[in-house]
Amino acid sequence: MSELYKLTIDEAGKLLRAGKLSAVELTQAHLDRIRAVDDKVKAFTLVTDDLALKQAEEADRRLRSGQDVTPLTGIPLGIKDVICTKDITTTCGSRMLENFKPPYDAAVMEKLNAAGAVMLGKTNMDEFAMGSSTEHSAFFPTHNPWDLERAPGGSSGGSAAAVAAGMAMGTLGSDTGGSIRQPAALCNIVGLKPTYGRVSRFGLIAFASSLDQIGPFTRSARDAALIMQTISGADPRDATCSPESVADYAAALNGDIKGIRIGVPTEYRVEGTQTGVEQAVRSSIEKLRELGAEVEEVSLPHTRFGVPAYYIIAPAEASANLSRYDGVKYGYSYRDTDDMWEALEKTREFGFGQEVKRRIMLGTYALSSGYYDAYYKQAEKVRTLIARDFSEAFARFDVLASATSPSVAFRLGEISDPYEMYLQDVFTIPANLAGICGVSIPGGFSQGLPVGLQLLGNVFAEDKILRVADAFERVTDYHTRWPENL
Amino acid sequence: MIDRKTVMHIAKLARLGLKEEEIDVLGQQLSVILENIAILQEADVSGVSPTAHASRLHNVMRDDIPQPSYAPEVLLANAPAQEDNCLKVRAVLEEA
Repeated sequence: MSELYKLTIDEAGKLLRAGKLSAVELTQAHLDRIRAVDDKVKAFTLVTDDLALKQAEEADRRLRSGQDVTPLTGIPLGIKDVICTKDITTTCGSRMLENFKPPYDAAVMEKLNAAGAVMLGKTNMDEFAMGSSTEHSAFFPTHNPWDLERAPGGSSGGSAAAVAAGMAMGTLGSDTGGSIRQPAALCNIVGLKPTYGRVSRFGLIAFASSLDQIGPFTRSARDAALIMQTISGADPRDATCSPESVADYAAALNGDIKGIRIGVPTEYRVEGTQTGVEQAVRSSIEKLRELGAEVEEVSLPHTRFGVPAYYIIAPAEASANLSRYDGVKYGYSYRDTDDMWEALEKTREFGFGQEVKRRIMLGTYALSSGYYDAYYKQAEKVRTLIARDFSEAFARFDVLASATSPSVAFRLGEISDPYEMYLQDVFTIPANLAGICGVSIPGGFSQGLPVGLQLLGNVFAEDKILRVADAFERVTDYHTRWPENL
Repeated sequence: MIDRKTVMHIAKLARLGLKEEEIDVLGQQLSVILENIAILQEADVSGVSPTAHASRLHNVMRDDIPQPSYAPEVLLANAPAQEDNCLKVRAVLEEA
């Protein structure tokens, strides 16, 4: 069998369970692919070859015995380096955690391990998940498989690029303001941000705790459903994780979206959106209409306040969360002084990169005496207005459709102004503020580069957005296209 | 406008050491960001209560069941300095 790395999880799973393919063969094919192309893409910060082959052998034993076989048994996956993996270096893209080996697995890792999935390695990211290009990784930037001179998006750029280049069948990422959906869009794959509380964050290194969620990257909606089924559900170790029962995501993919109500947010057509992106998204939405969806305009009047509110709330929470990096308990520690305060300040000066420092400063400023009401309190009230926009929209619509990102993949180094980079997430941020779910799927091409179609759903409506995504895939071939230059 | 003095004050609050050249750059970048964020003040929030998190949960309770924890050496494995199974820190109280 040639080009095993091009299989989807669903396809490979069927072959594995029929005994026509072994997990070791499948894993080796992906390790070979990593060896062949990751020098150029640089998606992985660590490749765990030995562990992967050991897990694959164990998966083969399970498959042969027919015991404890799940849709992910023997499936090779990559894990964003923000997710704790027991005894395996977890850097979070930072010098601060360059040598950090977590003493425990994140909840999602326990679930993947229990399902018999194979871990190929850890994927690159913007430091502490702060960024939209993966250029803020303390180690190296990741390159977009569709054009190696361009960024894969971020912060989960390594996870997106790995799937787009066939180096992993799926990956996990995290999304605080768009960090799954935007890189998925720029790399022509599926990236799903679940509802806040759908997936346990125990063992996810915290960035902004009221916004962070873990979710999958895959090459089809069905594959995303399979990973979501495995990682979703309550966890007493994460008090924000919901007891709400988990839907049967794969069963929801029946191809039928007749009569489903799709709203197209008027305010998501902002100045600065590339014409090619707009055209691709418009024609994609037209396809949904042809499939029987009822498409109408909807207004989300507080959209323009989304990015400003986010850039108060997320940095404020980050400044508190990142106060734990003090050079005492774990992580980088400045040793060249006997003074406690100097050691603390130098540890943070040398351990953190530019973007992280910028956000700690911004967050500390917004929370500081005299500014708290004007910035932080105001942003939290605006957050209520944004959430209200969505609840009103979802009273009339099942799904909202828009572009994921205002532009196709930009060149590495092209965006140097911090605020311009923040605007990359203009269409993705509101969903995090409201805690709803969203998925980016391949929605066409512009200038030969991928365009993402974003489908937003109400809380716990992952089944609905996946149904629409899957129905769209049945009549389009965007998601089956591969970058040619690798 | 975020001037040098403000940058240094905020850095002190955050216990964040900054290189000399970072002070001016950060002041200028934070000013631009805050200028862009200023439109927040245009939102009519009269009578609107703040949202602190997007979870629909309140007062999450679970049974308080004692469980084994990690061995000290496991939790100390990443510590930069340790002694007698404790984290070792520099003197907190200065000598008179």
